[in-house]
Amino acid sequence: MSWLSNPASETQVTHRQRVWLYVLATVIMLLLVIPTLIVIPMSFSDSQYLEFPPETWSTRWYETYINSAKWMRSTWVSVRVGVFTMLLATPIGIMAAYALFVSGHRYARSIFMFLLTPMIVPVILIAVGVFYFFGKVQLNNSLFGLVLAHSALAVPLVMIIITAALKSYDLDQERVARSLGATRAKAFFVITLPQIKFSVITASLLSFLTSFDEVIVSIFVSGGQTATLTKQMFSSLRDYIDPTIAAISTILVAITTVLLLLVQLASSREK
Amino acid sequence: MNQSAPNAEALRRQAKVEQWSLLSLALPAVALVFFVVVIPVGWLFFLSFVGKDGSASLEHYQKMLEYKSYFRTFRTTFQVSLFTTLICIAIGYPLAYFLAQLPQRWAGIFMLAVLLPFWTSLLVRTYAWLVLLQRKGILNEFAMNIGLWDSPVKLVHNMTGTLIGMAHIMLPFLVLPLYSAMKKIDKDMMQAASNLGARPSRAFLSIYMPLSVSGLVAGSLIVFILCLGFYVTPAVLGGGKVIMVSTQITAILENQFNWGAASALGVVLLVATFLLLWITTKLFRLDGALFGRG
Repeated sequence: MSWLSNPASETQVTHRQRVWLYVLATVIMLLLVIPTLIVIPMSFSDSQYLEFPPETWSTRWYETYINSAKWMRSTWVSVRVGVFTMLLATPIGIMAAYALFVSGHRYARSIFMFLLTPMIVPVILIAVGVFYFFGKVQLNNSLFGLVLAHSALAVPLVMIIITAALKSYDLDQERVARSLGATRAKAFFVITLPQIKFSVITASLLSFLTSFDEVIVSIFVSGGQTATLTKQMFSSLRDYIDPTIAAISTILVAITTVLLLLVQLASSREK
Repeated sequence: MNQSAPNAEALRRQAKVEQWSLLSLALPAVALVFFVVVIPVGWLFFLSFVGKDGSASLEHYQKMLEYKSYFRTFRTTFQVSLFTTLICIAIGYPLAYFLAQLPQRWAGIFMLAVLLPFWTSLLVRTYAWLVLLQRKGILNEFAMNIGLWDSPVKLVHNMTGTLIGMAHIMLPFLVLPLYSAMKKIDKDMMQAASNLGARPSRAFLSIYMPLSVSGLVAGSLIVFILCLGFYVTPAVLGGGKVIMVSTQITAILENQFNWGAASALGVVLLVATFLLLWITTKLFRLDGALFGRG
């Protein structure tokens, strides 16, 4: 434990003097992580009241989930909407990010800000407004409407990620390719895109997650046959503490963790 | 070398054409955002000025000034947002500071503690708190076991539970911008202060903290604005007793189908959000941070 007397920073504060900070930070990190992960052991509890630690272990809530038609249907809806959102938002976002970054047009910055509005406007307003508007154009309760709405929510995220990637990328490589005769499009696809591919992967995974986890817009815009998993969960949550949700939550946490690790892997590979 | 005038002119025109055609690549995104955000929210804006009988009127806004329920909603929303932001600052600043002091590798690992809840579904986290804070939940059991209190304390379906859940959900939104601002602070300044004889606490208060303020303000603003419009967590953890603007909008639509009143409330929320954003970015000159190159 001799490192305790070593200086911890430029001001020569020793580690020992900072132990309170380390303890506090650890407590905070535990408080952040434990509620996220606590559903995992609880989902294996046999009891209706999800005791922790579980008295008896069982997988009955998982069985309830898999055997339930309504849960399976809504899960499938969420997966499909998530995939289509990813397929729509990622290319559109990349095109916009690239165009605005490279063009140097005097309106580029304003357009960039405009495209960030789905992140700035309170989601409840977007949800209510879209519900009203989609009602007029018959897009409510449709997968297509959901994909459109979720993609609009995901596009700002894609743009921020790709713009950051472009900032640390040497655009001269494209200019070289073009001076050698390649069109701008060819230069982008052959030279630039492979080099920012990890950011593209991150952006697509995160747009999938944005759609899959989206709650508020889905509550309003989806319903019945097209109800998303999140809408189904929310309805159950309001009525009572449905233990099946613990099983579903565990699955969601597992998916998120895997995707997050993939994203971390992708971003560290790019450095 | 002489620049032949017609050639320069043609090149300039070609550059302009190229700029515009490049910009058109952004068109699908612009169209999408227009369709999903501008038209719906704009329509809501107009609806708020349409009275119950269909004519143009300010009655919805007038009712907001008269009815007590609106005032309570605004007050609750403001309280939840303010307290959540303060809690996040109190907890988040030490955490961000700790993370900023770590060497890069360790920072990446510990950052997962912030990123994991950040990317976990909102519903999962809200549900977890619902289960943790209930009468028979772990928190009550633990507190009673160690003798903190004797009978189960009502920790959820009220303001307490809402604040706990909101703080947990908002914390990453504060820590992440704050952390990135802290990383940009030049360590040499701290070293210089130390060399000039300042005690570590003095160096921190005079140098580090002021330099971290921009990140703190950015993070707090994000948290506050998110809280203003938040729906899911207060709806679930508040148990119907914590009525925020978003909850009331939904309730008006579910119970009365009164689009005028709901839209008016929404417009107030929107205006408050933009006002806050505008004031704070002007005050702290944050607008360069988002788009600026380099």
